[in-house]
Amino acid sequence: MPESNILPSGKPRIDSLELRGITKRFPGVLANDHVNFDVKAGEVHALLGENGAGKSTLMKTVYGLYHPDEGEILLNGKPVHISSPTDSINLGIGMIHQHFMLVPSLTVAENVALGLPSSRGPLTDLDAVSKRILELADIYGLRIDPSAYVWQLSVGQQQRIEIIKALYRGAALLILDEPTAVLTPQEVDELFVIMRQMTKDGHALIFISHKLHEVVEICQRVSVLRDGRMIGTRPTSETTKQDLANWMVGREVGFTPDRGNVQRGEVRLKLENVQCGSDRGTPGLRGVSLDIHSGEILGIAGVSGNGQRELADAVTGLRKITGGKVTLENADITNLPPAEITERMLSYIPEERMRDGMIKDFTVAENMILREHHKEPYSRYGFLNLKNISSNADMLIKKFHVKTPSQETLAKNLSGGNIQKIVLAREISRSPRVIIAAQPTRGLDIGATEYVREQLLEQRKQGTAIILISEDLDEILALSDRIAVIYEGSVMDIVPRSEATPQRLGLLMAGVHPE
Amino acid sequence: MDFTIILQAGIASGTVLLFATLGELFSERAGVLNLGVEGMMLIGAMTAFSTTIATGNPWIGVLAAMLFAGLISQIHAFIVITLQADQVVSGLSLTFLGTGISLVLGEGLSKAGTVSLLPNFSIPLLTLIPIIGKIFFTDQSILVYIGYLLVPLSWYYINHTRPGLHLRAIGEYPSAADALGISVFRQRYFYVFVGGMLAGLAGATISLAVSPGWFSELTTGGQGWIAIGLVIFAQWDPIRAAVGAYAFGALRRLILDIQGPVLLLGFANPFYYNPYLGFFLQMLPYLFTVVVLVIGSREAMRKRIGAPAALGNPYVRGERGK
Repeated sequence: MPESNILPSGKPRIDSLELRGITKRFPGVLANDHVNFDVKAGEVHALLGENGAGKSTLMKTVYGLYHPDEGEILLNGKPVHISSPTDSINLGIGMIHQHFMLVPSLTVAENVALGLPSSRGPLTDLDAVSKRILELADIYGLRIDPSAYVWQLSVGQQQRIEIIKALYRGAALLILDEPTAVLTPQEVDELFVIMRQMTKDGHALIFISHKLHEVVEICQRVSVLRDGRMIGTRPTSETTKQDLANWMVGREVGFTPDRGNVQRGEVRLKLENVQCGSDRGTPGLRGVSLDIHSGEILGIAGVSGNGQRELADAVTGLRKITGGKVTLENADITNLPPAEITERMLSYIPEERMRDGMIKDFTVAENMILREHHKEPYSRYGFLNLKNISSNADMLIKKFHVKTPSQETLAKNLSGGNIQKIVLAREISRSPRVIIAAQPTRGLDIGATEYVREQLLEQRKQGTAIILISEDLDEILALSDRIAVIYEGSVMDIVPRSEATPQRLGLLMAGVHPE
Repeated sequence: MDFTIILQAGIASGTVLLFATLGELFSERAGVLNLGVEGMMLIGAMTAFSTTIATGNPWIGVLAAMLFAGLISQIHAFIVITLQADQVVSGLSLTFLGTGISLVLGEGLSKAGTVSLLPNFSIPLLTLIPIIGKIFFTDQSILVYIGYLLVPLSWYYINHTRPGLHLRAIGEYPSAADALGISVFRQRYFYVFVGGMLAGLAGATISLAVSPGWFSELTTGGQGWIAIGLVIFAQWDPIRAAVGAYAFGALRRLILDIQGPVLLLGFANPFYYNPYLGFFLQMLPYLFTVVVLVIGSREAMRKRIGAPAALGNPYVRGERGK
């Protein structure tokens, strides 16, 4: 770390930030229970924990979005009071949110200038802003075009703008909230280069992540939160991924799911040159051809927004197919109504589980029969058979370990993991021939993720053909038999499991055909 | 029929639509749909006319109209911004409320006789330009000229000033703006107020300049709804809004005037002999509004034509996105 306590951006360094005994209560929940945490200049300190462990609450406290009920925050050894994001920005604390806080229809410079006073009074001073952006970009090695519109940029580039935005406001300490969740492996590498540069220059970084190998790779120290309590802080060099996972979950965790040996069978689902539009009216799929066999998981890898959603919609009948053909067990299902496709035992685990996977204001039991509600044994002559619906719910709650106060609880009151278990229970229990699983573990904690993956592998063992659409490359690599990489609505290549490496897939995801 | 005279009158009548459309445009760019334009215009027309009768000064009338309509718009702002209620329902109610208030307070106003109106004048030199000078710069109300200025000013404000940048941000992605310390709530109140004032000005333009007087709810005759359709047609751009407003103003005049003469281009005028054809023509602008609103309500289409992404959604702090 350099001697000077002035950062290359020209702002003063933050030598240390310390949280002491932070306690935050929400109605019915103790989100943070006397948590101690600290970060120093020149280090990356990882904050690990499952969903609901209290990571976000703790970081929102640092950023001034929440006020702690007890405890204090010390900056360079002196107590500070942070009551709003403006306060924290003034103290030199920046936050890169998991969901980018960028306005897509504005340019990079406009996004950076938002909310700041202008040197030209009421008029914008975008030229001056652009100049400063280029200066910062040069210092930190961030390639960026200030006049580009945000919607034109890749996710990795958008993240760089978020970093620039924080640096522009003089951030000496950066909180990165799951920054790698949406990046390709190459983009993750680039981010790590930037992060290393920043710590070398004297910045302090807090890195929030689920991904243990990244924590081990980039961080000097790691702290684990569980159920609102700080389990401990250790140098990363003295821990293993297995230790960290067990700490997080509080029990032994199986890492690589058992794939078993499954003989792949006949083609169940066939896509031939399928084309369709996107929501923006541009081509969504530009001629996709895929075969999915019985007893096989076909992974669809790709950066978000390259046609994954359109693919799921097209197969399930939710989007009009403008060209090509979809065949399910030798029957043409192209542009059939979704209900008829469902009848042919195609199950769908949608990406937006809260919106498309269930009805939030229905009970658990009702959600569990959504696909079969119009048939016996759940209804007859148009009347619901409540006894059968209730016994079905009891059975599925037990079988799929759904944690719910009762089967009469409204779905919206459950956690993400339990909601996904309800969707999974409904879709799997009907013994489907084909399953489309879109981002099935996104936002789930390690325990629930483990469970969902086991269930998909179990289905594969029983001969179901499965399309697994996921932006999580680790998940694709762990579960798939073959991996199709999708880029701008086309399949770049289909790679067998044995030949798939993150590097090879990463290049394909970026649209590069290796020679 | 002299087409330049029709177009000249069309520009004046288009100015009404222009003010209302620009007002709604500001409100919608901030993310607030306000279907109460018609009601606010009636409030404006009634207030302008009655205040002018009482004070004898049409400028005080214009000012009162803008203030009263702006105040009424804040009811909508409170309901949809602070209470986070549905913008469509609240906006519709605002139209009913505005219509009701203006009918009650405007009782007897239609027999009040003539008032002093805002001045008409021609612009020297510009009026000499052939055809264009006659249409745009000859014997127009001062409000028409104010309209000419307001269009480029609005465009510049939205696209080239810092508050304009903030306006675009809060309509597209309010949580991003909020995270950077821009007060989404205060700004949205402000732009709803601006929308109300401009709707009030539109009403005043009718009762003090274009077709002076108070004719109860026929004063506006549904132009507030056309303005809402025009905002979508204009794709939330002030320049396109002006083109649309003047085109529709001209169309309205043409539809009225075409029913007058016995002969049209040397032939028997069908619109003169068959009034139903005239009714049909008069329906067209409203039909257009219905079609545009239907098209503009489709989610996919809205994305394509560039609707503010957060339009219609209340902003709740702490909820992510949109």
